[in-house]
Amino acid sequence: MELDTKLAILADAAKYDASCASSGAMRGNSLGGKGVGSTGGAGICHSYAPDGRCISLLKLLLTNLCIYDCHYCINRRSSNVRRAAFTAEEVVKLTLDFYKRNYIEGLFLSSGIIRNADYTMEMVIAVARTLRETHDFRGYIHLKTIPEASPELIETAARYADRISINLELPTQKSLDVLAPEKSIVRTQHAMGRIRNKLDEAHERRKGGDKKNRHATGQSTQVIVGADASTDADFLARSDDLYGNYKMRRVYYSAFSPIPEPSSLLPLKAPPLVREHRLYQADWLMRFYGFKTSEILSPETPNLDLELDPKLAWALRNRHDFPVDVQTATRETLLRVPGLGVRNVQRILQIRRFTRIRLADLVKLRVSLPKVQAFLKTADFNPASLLLDSDSLRARFLPKPQQLELFSADEMR
Amino acid sequence: MRCVDPGTDFSSWRDAARDLLAANIPPHEVMWEKAGGLFSSMVCEEPPPSLRIKVPAAFVELAHSVACHREPARWALLYRILWRLVREGERHLLVMANDADMAAARNLEKNVHREIHKMHAFVRFKLIDTDAETGRERYAAWFEPDHYIVADGAPFFKKRFANMDWSIFTPKGCAHWNGTLLTLTAGIPHNPVENPDALEAAWRTYYRNIFNPARLKVKAMQTEMPKRYWKNLPEADLIEELIGESGQRVNAMLAEAPRPVKPRPKNAYLDKLREQSAGES
Repeated sequence: MELDTKLAILADAAKYDASCASSGAMRGNSLGGKGVGSTGGAGICHSYAPDGRCISLLKLLLTNLCIYDCHYCINRRSSNVRRAAFTAEEVVKLTLDFYKRNYIEGLFLSSGIIRNADYTMEMVIAVARTLRETHDFRGYIHLKTIPEASPELIETAARYADRISINLELPTQKSLDVLAPEKSIVRTQHAMGRIRNKLDEAHERRKGGDKKNRHATGQSTQVIVGADASTDADFLARSDDLYGNYKMRRVYYSAFSPIPEPSSLLPLKAPPLVREHRLYQADWLMRFYGFKTSEILSPETPNLDLELDPKLAWALRNRHDFPVDVQTATRETLLRVPGLGVRNVQRILQIRRFTRIRLADLVKLRVSLPKVQAFLKTADFNPASLLLDSDSLRARFLPKPQQLELFSADEMR
Repeated sequence: MRCVDPGTDFSSWRDAARDLLAANIPPHEVMWEKAGGLFSSMVCEEPPPSLRIKVPAAFVELAHSVACHREPARWALLYRILWRLVREGERHLLVMANDADMAAARNLEKNVHREIHKMHAFVRFKLIDTDAETGRERYAAWFEPDHYIVADGAPFFKKRFANMDWSIFTPKGCAHWNGTLLTLTAGIPHNPVENPDALEAAWRTYYRNIFNPARLKVKAMQTEMPKRYWKNLPEADLIEELIGESGQRVNAMLAEAPRPVKPRPKNAYLDKLREQSAGES
């Protein structure tokens, strides 16, 4: 098979993994080395596809042959998709050739499971080892690991990689039993826990002055949204656990989208992409805005409002807490005002020491007035009257309010 | 009114601004104008001897970036901020994001930082030749930045590609690395490396296949990769075609008959996993 055909098949097979981050690696560059590569900056998106996703890494499957039968996956064993396999050398050469032309930040390598987890893991590691040891490649490497692989192999992968990940795919074992019968949430959690310990140890070593030994600095995971009946509350509860107990750098939410070779177990209709977006917003609120899962969703409403962003939806449910005074409110309180992002809250805290903040000042900060006005008291404006007529408040923000500036441009980096 | 030549970059403007400040010339009396420009016939006074003037490091950092912007009014804006900091004692000015001058300066700074970032992202090297003896490769790229960012953007490439020779040509300055020395030269008007690189075909194959037609988000793509960059990106002329055929591809997928679940094959490893799972629940 021609290399170009393999590349087409194995890039196509890899595109359902949303992660493309190339940030947060140990700092390093090629000065004084033999090869190319640098890491440690903010991460760079070298291109964007018309699906809006950033192209930062060369994202490939080593092979799309697979003995597992995950029904949401085009590469499952029961699919008739065309199969291909790279040799390690082919992936190494493509990575270096693309990297030297500044097309990519590095390699994201995953693989279908061939024979067994350890065998597959060793094949994946061989690529990373050759890049690092033979070619002194100092760019970014993200390796997908397999929970069933031996802990020693996963740690070897972590020593060659900047980030490693295991995809959880679905938030409960019940869902996995139906759609991914080979997968076990318990085994995945055990593996993630071991990875966390190793990442912590490596972090301690670096803090102790050991800057030489490269080691992954974080792990991430992905869940598929809308392939089964799991609610947003199921996803967020799982994310809470993953961030808290396993120190995930990121949980990626990937809205299930139609695939060729669809399984009869899949829903006919793909979920709206906005559901994925709302989950990211809720995830952001939990990580950077001090929200608890229980504030975003309740047992009575286990799914996010698709029409309103979750912060606005929360504020409307809790309108008795508003308006807050922009001059005196705490940072934590300001972060909860719809329309104020982390950076603008920081700016407000700085300027209010020297000035009485008026609406015109907020305009200068590029805050959306229609959004914040109902919730924020300024030196020249008190929105109390707006809030009295509370029934119309939600209507003010429908059907599609301006999006919160929860995402900075470097969101996928 | 006096006419002052800001020169071409931060350090030439800084020297001029330092002299003006020392001579106590307020911003509204200064016209920043390149020598030989429209107003150069006006009397340009001899600068007085310089004094040491202390400014916050944060201002130097801001001014350095703003100076790279192509906006002609940047010099006057920077001098106004400098004047207010030093002569009017507005010590907190730099954190006043609501101040009109500061908001304008921060905006220019943001444009410049973004353009540096986009240079790091969108420069596309082409292999020019390989030294037969040493095997060392020589690459070159053509990039068209909106702002004067080559000097600030180039060190990144030195660190990343220390072991290959490269040149980045742009109309606003060029950068060259030979393994030991990073050199900056004047800009050139035309792309000197028009022939495609041999790897561009593979890169286009990758681009075509990493795209998921079921998630079309053209606006999101264009926000991050504005059209003005497209002409120098070997993958960009695929965009229209990929968008155009996406609807049909999705419909074809949706029309496929669902594949029935097949029985589990005999496989010792899968049996082992199954046993493990049974033990866990």
